[in-house]
Amino acid sequence: MFWKPNPSSGIPIYLQLVDQVKHAIETGALRPDEQLPGIRKVAGDLVVNVNTVAKAYRELEHEGVIELRQGFGAFVAGNSAESGAQRKFLRALPAMRTAVNRIAQLGLDEQQMRRLFETELTRLRKGSQHD
Amino acid sequence: MIEEPIIITRKLRKAYGRRVAVDGLDLEVPSGSICGLLGRNGSGKTTALKMLMGITRPDSGEGRVFGQRINNNQESLAIRARTGFLPEDKLVPGGMTVGELIRFTRAFYPLWRNDLEEHFLRLFHLPPSMTGASLSKGARCQLSLVLALSRGAELLVLDEPTSGLDPAMSEQVLRSLVTLAGEGQTTVLFSSHQISEVEQIADRVCMISRGRAVLSEEMDELANTYQQVRIVFDGKPPVSEFDNAREEGRTLSMLVRGDVEEVVARGRAMHALSVDVAPATLKDIFLTETSEAVE
Repeated sequence: MFWKPNPSSGIPIYLQLVDQVKHAIETGALRPDEQLPGIRKVAGDLVVNVNTVAKAYRELEHEGVIELRQGFGAFVAGNSAESGAQRKFLRALPAMRTAVNRIAQLGLDEQQMRRLFETELTRLRKGSQHD
Repeated sequence: MIEEPIIITRKLRKAYGRRVAVDGLDLEVPSGSICGLLGRNGSGKTTALKMLMGITRPDSGEGRVFGQRINNNQESLAIRARTGFLPEDKLVPGGMTVGELIRFTRAFYPLWRNDLEEHFLRLFHLPPSMTGASLSKGARCQLSLVLALSRGAELLVLDEPTSGLDPAMSEQVLRSLVTLAGEGQTTVLFSSHQISEVEQIADRVCMISRGRAVLSEEMDELANTYQQVRIVFDGKPPVSEFDNAREEGRTLSMLVRGDVEEVVARGRAMHALSVDVAPATLKDIFLTETSEAVE
């Protein structure tokens, strides 16, 4: 489920894991109230220190993203802010998919599509009235 | 209650003739941790590990493993009974076969882990009937690892455990170390030339340079202790005002240990055009702290 963290990136490994768990929740790989893989399993799979994974899980619990249930394991929080974010993400997905498909049909390549998207984001940010 | 470190040394010293290999080494390895030992070639790493194992005697200073003195014959024997040691030279007796050597070694260690022995034999594809003399260099390294890791020892002292192994095998060895330490009964002290390996699995890192520990810290603390700072000036940069700063055109780059805010403030006070602070990688720290540039 998780990519191997980059130990030399300058970003502490535990923070990379925190981000990965949050992303897993956003994409639906993990759902509210679903159990996370055990700390030792994650450590063994990713080949990182058990304490590093433990630290990531503690941080996630501190942020309210997961719950540590004594004797049972770690679970995605039922009504976490992340599950709200996940719902929005999933709701937006169809609209994005339609747009991407239509633009692709016009024959634009990936770079052009990205530039188009950035242009629109900027427009949104600036609150410009011009299309 | 804080447990005593499994390994603790104070001012260990060892010279070979006029060459001082270890020059006042202070080392501490907490129980249950994975501690990575980094150092350049000739920095004294191997001599230090050999002193811990009683293979070589310190000239002065003291060291204890499991509370036992490393320079006392009887206590050193007790240390070795509880430790899985992987020496730098992964030599194996030429005349015995793989199988014979494993059976021979296993007899000395009542806590031998058959599951680990099987796991590694399978992983490394070591043919039990092959003699030590006919093994390739890589295979010798692998066999040495099997012998050290299957011991069921409370402490593993490994001198470059992944040297001679391909990346896939290295990863499997690191995984075993993570799992063993994670089970809670094993402490690991390993030296490596692969900085990324230490970054990946160690709780604690110790850097040796010229026989001395120049750094001994928890991995998590390093990010707070060390930062890379880059300051751009309008004209010629005041390089003498900053410790260990490299000058390139109008830019000064330096690794800062400790109070980075002070350095930032000083840069601004000297009318720097920009001050950038970034996390330092273990490689940055290693290259700076173990540099042997003559001043």
